[in-house]
Amino acid sequence: MSRYRAIALLPVMAALSGCNLVVLNPSGDVASQQGDLVVISTLLMLLIIVPVMALTVLFAWRYRQSNNTARYEPDWDHSTQLELVIWAAPLLIIICLGAITWVTTHKLDPYRPLDRIAADKPMPAGAAPLDVQVVALDWKWLFLYPEYGIASVNEMAAPVDRPIRFSITASSVMNSFYVPALAGQIYAMPGMETKLHAVINEPGSFKGFSANYSGAGFSHMRFTFLGLSDGDFGAWVNKVKAASDTMDRSRYLALEKPSEAVPVQYFGSTDPKLFKAAVERCVAPGSMCMGDMHAIDRAGGLNAGGLAAAEALLRASALTDRPAGSDATGLCTVAEAVDAAAPLAATTLAPISVRKAGTPAGALRPADL
Amino acid sequence: MLETLTTFLFGRLSLESFPYHEPIVVATFFAVVLGGVALVAALSYFKLWGYLWREWFTSVDHKRIGIMYMVLGLIMLLRGFADAIMMRAQQAIAFNGSEGYLNSHHFDQVFTAHGVIMIFFVAMPLVTGLMNYVVPLQIGARDVSFPFLNNFSFWMTVGGAVLIMASLFLGEFARTGWLAYPPLSGLEASPDVGVDYYIWALQVAGVGTTLSGINLICTIIKMRAPGMTMMKLPVFTWTSLCTNVLIVASFPILTAVLVLLSLDRYVGTHFFTNDMGGNPMMYVNLIWIWGHPEVYILILPCFGIFSEVTSTFTGKKLFGYTSMVYATVVITILSYLVWLHHFFTMGSGASVNSFFGITTMIISIPTGAKIFNWLFTMYRGRIRFELPMMWTIAFMLTFVIGGMTGVLLAVPPADFVLHNSLFLIAHFHNVIIGGVLFGLFAGIYYWWPKAFGFRLDPFWGKMSFWFWVIGFYFAFMPLYVLGLMGVTRRLRVFEDPSLQIWFLIAAFGAFLIALGIGSFLIQIAVSVLKRNQLVDVDGDPWDGRTLEWATSSPPPGYNFAFTPVIHYNDAWWDMKKRGYKRPLEGFRPIHMPSNTGSGIILAGISTVLGFGMIWHIWWLAALSFIGLLAVAIGHTFNYNRDFHIPVEDVIATEAERTRLLSGQVQA
Repeated sequence: MSRYRAIALLPVMAALSGCNLVVLNPSGDVASQQGDLVVISTLLMLLIIVPVMALTVLFAWRYRQSNNTARYEPDWDHSTQLELVIWAAPLLIIICLGAITWVTTHKLDPYRPLDRIAADKPMPAGAAPLDVQVVALDWKWLFLYPEYGIASVNEMAAPVDRPIRFSITASSVMNSFYVPALAGQIYAMPGMETKLHAVINEPGSFKGFSANYSGAGFSHMRFTFLGLSDGDFGAWVNKVKAASDTMDRSRYLALEKPSEAVPVQYFGSTDPKLFKAAVERCVAPGSMCMGDMHAIDRAGGLNAGGLAAAEALLRASALTDRPAGSDATGLCTVAEAVDAAAPLAATTLAPISVRKAGTPAGALRPADL
Repeated sequence: MLETLTTFLFGRLSLESFPYHEPIVVATFFAVVLGGVALVAALSYFKLWGYLWREWFTSVDHKRIGIMYMVLGLIMLLRGFADAIMMRAQQAIAFNGSEGYLNSHHFDQVFTAHGVIMIFFVAMPLVTGLMNYVVPLQIGARDVSFPFLNNFSFWMTVGGAVLIMASLFLGEFARTGWLAYPPLSGLEASPDVGVDYYIWALQVAGVGTTLSGINLICTIIKMRAPGMTMMKLPVFTWTSLCTNVLIVASFPILTAVLVLLSLDRYVGTHFFTNDMGGNPMMYVNLIWIWGHPEVYILILPCFGIFSEVTSTFTGKKLFGYTSMVYATVVITILSYLVWLHHFFTMGSGASVNSFFGITTMIISIPTGAKIFNWLFTMYRGRIRFELPMMWTIAFMLTFVIGGMTGVLLAVPPADFVLHNSLFLIAHFHNVIIGGVLFGLFAGIYYWWPKAFGFRLDPFWGKMSFWFWVIGFYFAFMPLYVLGLMGVTRRLRVFEDPSLQIWFLIAAFGAFLIALGIGSFLIQIAVSVLKRNQLVDVDGDPWDGRTLEWATSSPPPGYNFAFTPVIHYNDAWWDMKKRGYKRPLEGFRPIHMPSNTGSGIILAGISTVLGFGMIWHIWWLAALSFIGLLAVAIGHTFNYNRDFHIPVEDVIATEAERTRLLSGQVQA
């Protein structure tokens, strides 16, 4: 029987070997562990699924009407021992799988910094992750590299074996940031910032895309993820730096408009506060940042407390010297001003800015909202 | 001036709203018009309108309403499946720079409509139809608790379906995916009528679903035959009870979340907008708090059907009745504790994700117990491989695969790599086709003779069965593979040519399923023609065990001349064993509810109200709202609610059955 099954499976195996099951054979350590988990969980469940399927076929055949030799017990409907087995067997499997789930969900939490580079490579002491800020736009991807002050569209690169810390948001609708070869996906959502920690272990060019339908241009919302050696990555950074374009607020607002199948673009310099403004939805001049709105709401909304907070923010804004001609206007600049006028911020913004140590206001995990 | 007037009269509706530039839609439109004209002409020629109105449309008989639900579900299956074929064809050819034959405006509507129609207007009406038909018979009742409400519920469901079908030829349907997540479904990203069609179709149909849930709960709790304690309920009735509890507890959430979305779209509130403190994730949470119980609403009655079928065709008591009931109740409760598994990838913390992952896995324990119970019902049985049993075996083999991939997706880190992929699509079709649809077919073949007095032709039934089952594996196994290749859902065009072969196999599978549906329709036609050979004289063609087989096929309007008294789980089996004698005298007049046209009128006005709201034709909406109130209040003054079937009619009906039964004995 099993030999026939093996023969029957041969064409399937042959077909499968011809295609790239990237989810099971990825190139990044996080995705590898997730792929392994897919296999382990499946094998664990097959322990019970295979016998059930075999018994179904066996009983269906053995107790067919025409087989008069099989026993027929029309009133047999209960057996305490069997009941015990049929509840306990799935329960045991689920206890095992539940334990695996608890452990791996915590270990592979995308918000958790990595503790190893690969199965055989521990995290080197003092290794700083590469920060990449990702904005899902209609319908393309913007990548900002705060460390290098550069940006790119629909192509990103990372050095092999260096941990990457993604901060992800979106401009208008929900998308999902997914590079199957690198790590599992995480949603990109407007007004929210999600995190992903990952590492690429093999050089190469990998596919990235949005894994959540986001409108007309969704099918073409793809990008290339380049895993590069340290030297190649340096060259890539220099290539981007050499581009004359600047990713500032006005450029962002132009790029944000819906467009499809956008070619790769490089930006040699960036506005360092652009990502925060994108998360807080205040890139456009005159728009209030969510963090400011939260601060005012926390202080009492339109009651006296809130108005006082708003006034304090405005006063702080007046305190800072902004260069003339700066494109940032409106309350958006107030949040920046508050950074400058730290003592004032400490009094008015304390409730929200210390909400999560190290997390900027507005950059809350969605689950907190 | 003229513009103001047309805007007042027609709202957003204009000549541009007709999609005459879409050749596929235009061709469909003409086909539908031709078919519609032919149907209307035929009905008029044979003078059937009066008959349909008196005997069907205004009927409060749970059996007729059940059959009308089934007709609605099967018609909508054809529409939903047409959408499926279009998607499979598009995805099979859109490679190597080809854009396929559907632009994104059309394709995105197609996959949204496919999901909405299959869940709300195929699976729900078919499940509700079977419950409506069978539950009162199984508990020995003459009708449901609120017969008028039942008629009204049905027509509200039809109203929702009408609105969805209207969107095909007038304006457009939503381009958001079947759950219409904001901000994509918000006013900024979707300013057109598509999402409004979605909202109003579901709101109108949702009223029907909720009311029918209340109705069936009351029926099962209050109208059981004497002696039928809860632990003597047939399993299908038990699962129906749990399903209707789920409906009543979850559909109001859907209604509320759609009201909030409507407020965002119509009056400028900010519940789910990006700005001004709106929170789209609240929508995602709320819609799945309805959405996850919804899948159990669909599958639980099918579990009930499999239980009835297995027990009947193995000629054996159901193994582990008590544990079956407890498993059903446990699933009912747990189905409310798992909704977050639909969005592990939205950034919840590891502990929250683990909690919802593990609660999801726990559901597989009672579900597994059910599978084992069916397995041990077969053990030491005498299995007759009639069509319902064939569907049951196919279900057991198919559903465990879908269940396994479902538990796999409940492991959050595994979900991170498979969420929204074609693996997920394969999984839920594996449980919804392999579980719900196979169950519905088992149920249709099982109870068809009861409803119409003749069996369905087995040859075409087997054709349909094999096309469906083999077609299913061809259509969806490739999607598991594609999911593992990292291919996501709802893509219209592809870059990687190595994927194409899998999409071609899937398209071939869809073609086989089309043959399966075709065989099913041929089977109905052939069976109607051959009904004299397939006739079911004594009302018990399968040697059944539950009460519905105690009465004639089709049952008389009053179901049972005398309400039976129950002593045992398998009531009819027990009666047969004890040498039950049908009472031949002592009949009395039977108190029954009267037919009324109020249900169809109210639902019709509701549909117009929805149409007015969709197109911003405010006068129409206001007028229909007033009309709705007027007819509803007017209906409360209708005191002509009930009548007695005269005893002579009962005697005549029962004497006819006696004649048929004795005729059979002589033959």
